[in-house]
Amino acid sequence: MSSTLFTRAPEWRWLIILYFFIGGLAGGCYFLAAMMDMFGRPSDRRLARLGYLVAFPAVIMCGALLTLDLTRPERFWHMLVQSGTWRPMLKLYSPMSVGAWMLMVFGGFSLLSFLAALKGDESGFGRLRPPGLLGAVIAILGGLSGAFLAGYTGVLLSVTNRPIWADTTLLGLVLLVSAASTSAALLLILGWESAPGGGIRALARFDSWVLVLELVVLVLLVVSLGSVAALWLSAWGALLVVGVVVIGIVAPLYLYWRAGPAHADSPVMGAVLVLIGGFLLRVVIILSSEMA
Amino acid sequence: MPEPMGFFTDTTVCIGCKACEVACKEWNQLPATNGGLNTLSGDSYDNTRQLDGIHWRHVKFIEQFSPDRRQGRWLMMSDVCKHCVNAGCMEVCPTGAIFRTEFDTVVIQSDVCNGCRDCIAACPFGVIEINPVSGTAQKCTLCYDRLRAGLQPACSQACPTQSIQFGPISQLRPRAEARVAQLKQAGETQAALYGTDEKMLGGLNSFYLLMDRPEVYGLPPDPKMPTRNLKPSSLWSVLGTVALGLMAIVSFRSRGRDDV
Repeated sequence: MSSTLFTRAPEWRWLIILYFFIGGLAGGCYFLAAMMDMFGRPSDRRLARLGYLVAFPAVIMCGALLTLDLTRPERFWHMLVQSGTWRPMLKLYSPMSVGAWMLMVFGGFSLLSFLAALKGDESGFGRLRPPGLLGAVIAILGGLSGAFLAGYTGVLLSVTNRPIWADTTLLGLVLLVSAASTSAALLLILGWESAPGGGIRALARFDSWVLVLELVVLVLLVVSLGSVAALWLSAWGALLVVGVVVIGIVAPLYLYWRAGPAHADSPVMGAVLVLIGGFLLRVVIILSSEMA
Repeated sequence: MPEPMGFFTDTTVCIGCKACEVACKEWNQLPATNGGLNTLSGDSYDNTRQLDGIHWRHVKFIEQFSPDRRQGRWLMMSDVCKHCVNAGCMEVCPTGAIFRTEFDTVVIQSDVCNGCRDCIAACPFGVIEINPVSGTAQKCTLCYDRLRAGLQPACSQACPTQSIQFGPISQLRPRAEARVAQLKQAGETQAALYGTDEKMLGGLNSFYLLMDRPEVYGLPPDPKMPTRNLKPSSLWSVLGTVALGLMAIVSFRSRGRDDV
């Protein structure tokens, strides 16, 4: 019997599920926007702009959700500053501690890129976006901290002693890949009307590849859980198969694949399903352990 | 510097009187459940049921009966925070609220904790919970205030059978080993110590003499540190980031000249 079954649930519920989902979108949208800015065509800049416009408001929501989830929200700053000594509070081996700092770091970069995206290239803020050197540095550091935000949540779950979470080391990868697929889906929906063209097609292609990767990683996740995977022989497992795999991965892959003149809106429908599947994935991962 | 202190709990002499629970509540001014309303578990003589933010001691009743109830035995065990030498709760706490005292015990500072609840998920024994009055994570302090004043913890002082023994770990361990040898000599072959092996979280400063498998007492057979997963989890995430980056580059780079 796994020793993780003898522990208590921290009661991380809907606020945390929402945080995981929105945090994934914030980090993922920024990451994709930075990649488009650095490696895409000039025509992709409109699409990348949407990513920056999503990331900053999303990360603000993340901070609010995390603060509200504390049982003493007025002490949220104890994560960053030692109360009493006023020294910085940072533990490199505590994912929550590093995560709190990275949320601030990513918040800073996403604010700069948000201003650049909001004000446009004509203003001085335009330099905060690639291709200039300053813009490239911001995009690289912001993109990396965004990827961190998208994936550390799974690492945090694994660095506990709770069933499912601590019985695998793949949750960080699972949530990271899911953040990439949901972010590509969100940008595809937002850019469908406002930034149509090759960028959208590239996003759909990217999302298809990521969905295949996600499917592979999910299979590896179940295998890595060993006997603890039996906890998913329940309604949670059904939700994982139907909600996450069928609705959130297989159906979107089909809809992306069949896109063409006859099914012009097919990718948008696929992207909506990817978002639903990504949310349900977080519901299953968090609540199936909470209720174990 | 004082030497490491702790509890040796000999479950064979526990009579389930719960004096330790009461003494703990009295000394630490812990509130009653539901404001003192009489809430019964309904399926056990134990109505405390668990360790949590307002129960820092819990006398477990393990009621083992045959289906026809002709045969049965009660195992009793006064459970408490294990004050692990390698403490998972302290490791993950992002505020630094959890610290190790000069007595090698583990204490949560209620004025620092902000209630993130990471320690609850990290504790291998399910000891910690939120105290609804303070809104902070709380557990046994091994009566840190009493120890500093040269007193022993309230629970061990109240225990009428010496099931809970307090003292320096260096003295408690040989005493526990002698007790196991005595029991085995008397034919109690299942008697074993839980938590004295330093392979278990560096050793538990609150350890037990059990008469059955740890699982029977609700204790994990193989408790581990939460950070065992940190490096592999992080490595997978880094590899994932690289893979996603390459996929994004290929997606946005390799497309037809006209595909703008």
